Amino acid sequence: MTPSEAHASVGGGFQKARNLLVTTPAATTPRKTALYSIHRKMGAKMVEFGGWEMPLEYAGILAEHHAVRTRAGLFDVSHMGEIEIRGPGALGLAEWVTCNHVARLRAGEAHYSGLMTSRGTFVDDLLVHKLSDTHYLLCVNAANQDRDFEHIAGQKHGDAEVENAGVRYSQLAIQGPRAKEILGRLTPVALDSIHYYHFTFGKVSGADCLIARTGYTGEDGFEIYFHIEFSEALWSSLLEAGQSFGVMPCGLGARNTLRLEAGMRLYGHELDESTTPWEAGLDWICKLDKGEFLGSKALAQQRQRGVEKKLVGFEMLGKRIAREGYPVFVGGRQAGGVTSGGPAPSLGKNIGFAYVPPQASAPGTALEISIRGQVEPARICQIPFYRHPRPTTPH
Amino acid sequence: MYPADFRYTKDHEWIRLEGAVGTVGITDYAQQQLGDVVFVELPKPGARVKAGESFGTIESVKAVSELFSPVSGEVAEVNASLADSPEAVNRDPHGAAWLVKIRVSDAKEMTALMDSAAYQVYIAEKAKETPA
Repeated sequence: MTPSEAHASVGGGFQKARNLLVTTPAATTPRKTALYSIHRKMGAKMVEFGGWEMPLEYAGILAEHHAVRTRAGLFDVSHMGEIEIRGPGALGLAEWVTCNHVARLRAGEAHYSGLMTSRGTFVDDLLVHKLSDTHYLLCVNAANQDRDFEHIAGQKHGDAEVENAGVRYSQLAIQGPRAKEILGRLTPVALDSIHYYHFTFGKVSGADCLIARTGYTGEDGFEIYFHIEFSEALWSSLLEAGQSFGVMPCGLGARNTLRLEAGMRLYGHELDESTTPWEAGLDWICKLDKGEFLGSKALAQQRQRGVEKKLVGFEMLGKRIAREGYPVFVGGRQAGGVTSGGPAPSLGKNIGFAYVPPQASAPGTALEISIRGQVEPARICQIPFYRHPRPTTPH
Repeated sequence: MYPADFRYTKDHEWIRLEGAVGTVGITDYAQQQLGDVVFVELPKPGARVKAGESFGTIESVKAVSELFSPVSGEVAEVNASLADSPEAVNRDPHGAAWLVKIRVSDAKEMTALMDSAAYQVYIAEKAKETPA
């Protein structure tokens, strides 16, 4: 099956899904994924995130975190947005709005990238999947999907059609060292042939899915995209298939501790419309040599001039926890602030991200972080904080 | 679940008064709402505390919360074991994971607190407001 052919069947229920839009409650009430009632029934503690009512935790953040590091965890990530770009101008448009080099992707490959403003700052961070030369699927953050869509559609760059497709899709992430065995029980697809940051189309429990070897946990695992009508069936069959492997349903709490340990940025915290890829330490996704794109001039200038702030990872030397917004001092002077912070359950210490001046950004640099008025010592360390051996090398 | 000899605050602390000394902790409802407790910061013995005012902080994986004293007085003792095993607050919030003992300066303040039945009504109402 070629990617684009198979994908047509994933989108087969489009009309049905559109009707859901009509009954979507006012924007002030949080949106619910197709699995909302299952989460409630299973006793999840719910939280509003990015305009969606999502599970925060089931058994507890720490238990879920360790399950993903040692066994497997299942996440409903249907709040994530999907935007599709189709047509002869699809590559040109994707190349224009994002900073990574889309032309280098082959069909069946994905990469991490940034959706750029004309100032070279982040409208969003995203995954770009190449389905074919004329079809790209972008996976974007829940809170940003509508403005991302408007931003891309508003570019009018060549002959390309942009679709805000999130309403059609559910997405589940099965993550952890046993994820492959669990998913393998439900699909005829040879999962070993899907390398890291690659994807294919195939059936999972009889449902058409895009199966990608990606994740937001620092573990091996898969993210599967499918039509919302299969949500409950796939959630249940993955939990059932994973039972003997010790799979746990996981919420956004564990998703956050896992991504933080893995050194992955979170939009609205490490990234926003005031930060550039250079500042965020994401040089590897910003390809100035690919030709002009939205923000490339500003980014080239900043590359020459140098950045004024730089994202670093830090660890606390004491037991206290630095959290978002806490001021960071270098040599007694306030130098920046914490963007994310919390316990790292797999490392047994407290870690975080902060922006500091570039001259104070080298690993080993001593920082002081003000925790509710009391200054606590911290130290800049390498990102990622936690590294799990990969099954294959990322490209 | 909520012992009859405890009194409870609206901020989900409990106190059990024995003579002039009250043992203080957080309720089972509070630990459930917090989730995994990873750090507890308590005052030093001898510190003065006031009813309704913060005497420390408790941190879960997700967030930091203030601890409010049910009564006024002087800290007589703190539960030092929580420094190394804060997760005890999740396991035994009404027992082994008490937080501080306070030498109560005005026992009349106890009458402003809820008894077990009133507290259970109070948290049942809370649960209706915020679907968990």
